[in-house]
Amino acid sequence: MAIDTSQVEEFEYPGEEEVADQPPLPPSWRRSAWLRPHVLWAMAGGVLGYLIGHWLGNVIASGYIQVQDTGQNDVAIVLGLVFGVVGWMAGIGGLTYPMAKIVGHEPMPPPPEKSWVRYFRMTDDHKVVGYQYAVGVLLFLFTGGLLAMLIRTELLSPTSHVFGPGVYIAIVSEHGTIMMMMASSAVVGPLGNWLIPLMIGSRRMAYPRVEAFSFWIFTAGYLVIVSALLFGGFPTGWTGYAPLQTQAGGGMDSYLVGFGVIGIGMIMAGFNLAATIINYRAPGMTWGRVPIFVWGILGTTALLTLATPTLVVACLVGVLDRTAETAFFVNEHGGSSFLWQNLFWFFGHPEVYIMALPGFGIVMEIIPVFTRKPLFAYRVAAAGILGVALLSFFVWQHHLFQSGINPDMRPLFMLTTELISIPTGFLFLVTLGTLWKSKIRFDTPMLFCLAMLFNFLIGGVTGVFLSDVPVNVTVHGSFFVLAHFHYTIMGGLIFALFAGFYYWFPKITGKTMNRKLSKLHFWTMFIFFNLTFFPMFLIGILGQPRRVFEYATNLQTLNDIASISAYFLGASFLIFIVNFIWSIYLDPHPAPQNPWNSLGLEWQTPTPVPWYNFEHIPVITNDPYHYGEPGAPAVADLGRSMASVGAPAGSVSSDDLETGTGDGDPRPPIT
Amino acid sequence: MSETQAAGAAPTPVTTESTAALDQTNHWWRLIAVWVVLSAIADPLFYYLAGPHMPPGTMTDVAEGAQFDFNVLMVCAIPVILAVWIYLLYALITWRASRGGPEPVAGPEARGHLGVQVGWIVFSTVLVMFLFGFGTYELVQPEGAGGGEGASPIWTPASKTILPIQVIGQQWKFTYRYPTFGGFETDELVVPSDTTIQFNVTSLDVIHSFWAYQLGVKADANPDYNNVAYATTQQLGSFIVRCAELCGLWHGAMYNSGAVVTKQQFDSWARLTEFRLRKNTALLPPYRLTYTPDANGADGSYYPDNVDPYSKTEQYGAPQNNGAG
Repeated sequence: MAIDTSQVEEFEYPGEEEVADQPPLPPSWRRSAWLRPHVLWAMAGGVLGYLIGHWLGNVIASGYIQVQDTGQNDVAIVLGLVFGVVGWMAGIGGLTYPMAKIVGHEPMPPPPEKSWVRYFRMTDDHKVVGYQYAVGVLLFLFTGGLLAMLIRTELLSPTSHVFGPGVYIAIVSEHGTIMMMMASSAVVGPLGNWLIPLMIGSRRMAYPRVEAFSFWIFTAGYLVIVSALLFGGFPTGWTGYAPLQTQAGGGMDSYLVGFGVIGIGMIMAGFNLAATIINYRAPGMTWGRVPIFVWGILGTTALLTLATPTLVVACLVGVLDRTAETAFFVNEHGGSSFLWQNLFWFFGHPEVYIMALPGFGIVMEIIPVFTRKPLFAYRVAAAGILGVALLSFFVWQHHLFQSGINPDMRPLFMLTTELISIPTGFLFLVTLGTLWKSKIRFDTPMLFCLAMLFNFLIGGVTGVFLSDVPVNVTVHGSFFVLAHFHYTIMGGLIFALFAGFYYWFPKITGKTMNRKLSKLHFWTMFIFFNLTFFPMFLIGILGQPRRVFEYATNLQTLNDIASISAYFLGASFLIFIVNFIWSIYLDPHPAPQNPWNSLGLEWQTPTPVPWYNFEHIPVITNDPYHYGEPGAPAVADLGRSMASVGAPAGSVSSDDLETGTGDGDPRPPIT
Repeated sequence: MSETQAAGAAPTPVTTESTAALDQTNHWWRLIAVWVVLSAIADPLFYYLAGPHMPPGTMTDVAEGAQFDFNVLMVCAIPVILAVWIYLLYALITWRASRGGPEPVAGPEARGHLGVQVGWIVFSTVLVMFLFGFGTYELVQPEGAGGGEGASPIWTPASKTILPIQVIGQQWKFTYRYPTFGGFETDELVVPSDTTIQFNVTSLDVIHSFWAYQLGVKADANPDYNNVAYATTQQLGSFIVRCAELCGLWHGAMYNSGAVVTKQQFDSWARLTEFRLRKNTALLPPYRLTYTPDANGADGSYYPDNVDPYSKTEQYGAPQNNGAG
């Protein structure tokens, strides 16, 4: 079908605005840069909000809501934290736009900013939000990593202790919670926000303010969860099981408020990315041409938006139990301690795939580039991602196999849990199929991808052991579980994250990473990751439960191997930091335009990417995987001339123009 | 071992342009041959050499059942892991860019292969359905009753004579009540051999998890809830009990050991302990499957009214009227 393009000149594609050579000047009434919201105002707002909330809590609940055996007032802490988060968001300017709309003003969008101050503001530029998320996620990661070093230090000896039991359990809980919060944004935040518009040929996100809001509330969540240490920590681990949660001290409030706040950020990030991917694809970017990384993010956004509300509600209920003396989780007053477990894991298991799916996307995106072959079985890859996303909502009670809840449902959850290994296995079908008779280049991103496959295989296979109820009796709640999910999350997601980091680094920063340091980072991280966590499988099946500070003396050798390797694993991140700073600031080498010879759309943009991404909305003419297919059309026409992609002038085949709406209503070409 | 064999099996670089079909057959059959040989070696090696030593041992029937399941899963997992590892190693050696060689295949066959895709999906589905069927079968057997089955278990052991033992989790210890011996409460777990034991697991405060490692028993201890697990002892010896669910400050120190003794030894121990603890037993609330937790000053208490077990001034066992009864 040919389309007459002469009638569609008025069509305005979403995000298609006039691009001026210079960003529009700010209106004269605009305040100076220092007075407009930025992170220092956010800090001031946070502190002020906390003080107001704390004072208010003491006024309304002084004397009758006290944490047992402490002078802490739960209501004051919770209100302080909530008001602090509100103050933080007000200080960063997150509330300016909605408040202005409420009082009837039409707010001016902030001008695109060139100064470095933009990294400390709410910004409409998805690439700046991507940078901000990268720094935020690394901050989370290294905080949690340092806590992990402390845990492994305590476990060097079975009986003599570095920390008291309260400090140890606070460290363990803080490590788990920080890492879970970090990992749920680890890829979606930095790479998702930075790359998705570039990959789908859009100039902007669907909801840039929502996107920026999600980052700044993420940082607020970080501050809140770290503040738990000031209130004495919390003893529940990242799972926060209920009667213990109700009993715990003031740090528990930080956990509940912090996790709830992070949850709100996750929902917002998910909505923005889903809307962007669905609505802002360039003409011709059909669902069959969308890069597989975008599929991975799309599957993740489904989980972010559908599963995370459960977490927010669970945290709210937990806060009510602790402050307003409700009894949702208190058995003797008609509540149930199973309620928290159900709510939490209904979020918690999709959360695991929130962390896994972007990793799948990255690995499947990168492997074709370094094998110079098309992605094998593209449809299977997309189906695997969606299948995992769907099934992940039906497996949560495998965390409760031994809890006594619904014992007759255990075969069902065993089935669903094992079924999820089928779409997960598609990752291996696709990547191994792509390797078949390819031409593999061992650059650092590829090494991380291969390591991810190696690690994730072990993590996945051990998951089947956990899904089998009789075997679960032994391994549930032991170090086996711990090793399993570190293999899937750290071995899977974090390795994939670094693969993506090294792969897109030249695009994002315009610099080249030092090759030798990159390789050194990879090999230390890969070797010591396995030396740290593989012994934990053995420690687990030999009977060491999680989150203990004392263990059987015959397990000391294995624990010491894990601990010492963990120090080297931590050191490998230092190599990364050194490499990062070295390559950006100390010895920068400008990167070539497309150092990996990738066909991806994001590599066809100039480096550094202008704030409007594309001068013209590109017309997508092929998928980004046509390696080794001479004569195949280029991935996109960036210059808007349909003639250059082989279409007759004035008309264009519907294949080139069909958009993802898939309703036979192709977006008109832009001439 | 797999590395050297796979490396040895790797072909010399394909310098001459053989036909694609012939080339493909070579890789394919070579991989399958290495995989079959290595799996055929590794599986029996694991099952017969390592299998009998796999946790949690054979002290009870449920432990032995869990061990058998673990070994069967390992026998299934080893070929899967080997398949991926052999393929990866083979691919990385054979098809690395520095070897030169032909250009990568492209075109329709690189975009997907219906036979491979369907075969992969069918194979993984069959494997998963086998694992599910096997796991379910093993679960409903008496050997699968080691996990907590809730208050009204539906998969129960065959034996008619069952010794009930109540496990009470509390911060931060487990205590055990023997209802058939007057309901005395002790912190020693002693069980007779060749007996089916019903563990009634409950908690007085937060969620704990009763994990008798060598017995192959794990059941969460929930407040106000009875969680039942079974085990039939078949060997004498001692075993470790640990708490497997984070329960607060001293979770890491919440462990003790128990013992499987002969029936005669158990009988004399139980009767002696019942007699020795008779005064304490009189103060305890009558044996019930659940007790109202005493946290947060709720009505009713496991401990008798007017007695604060944590009080420094008032000693446990002081005169009182037993309101909890």
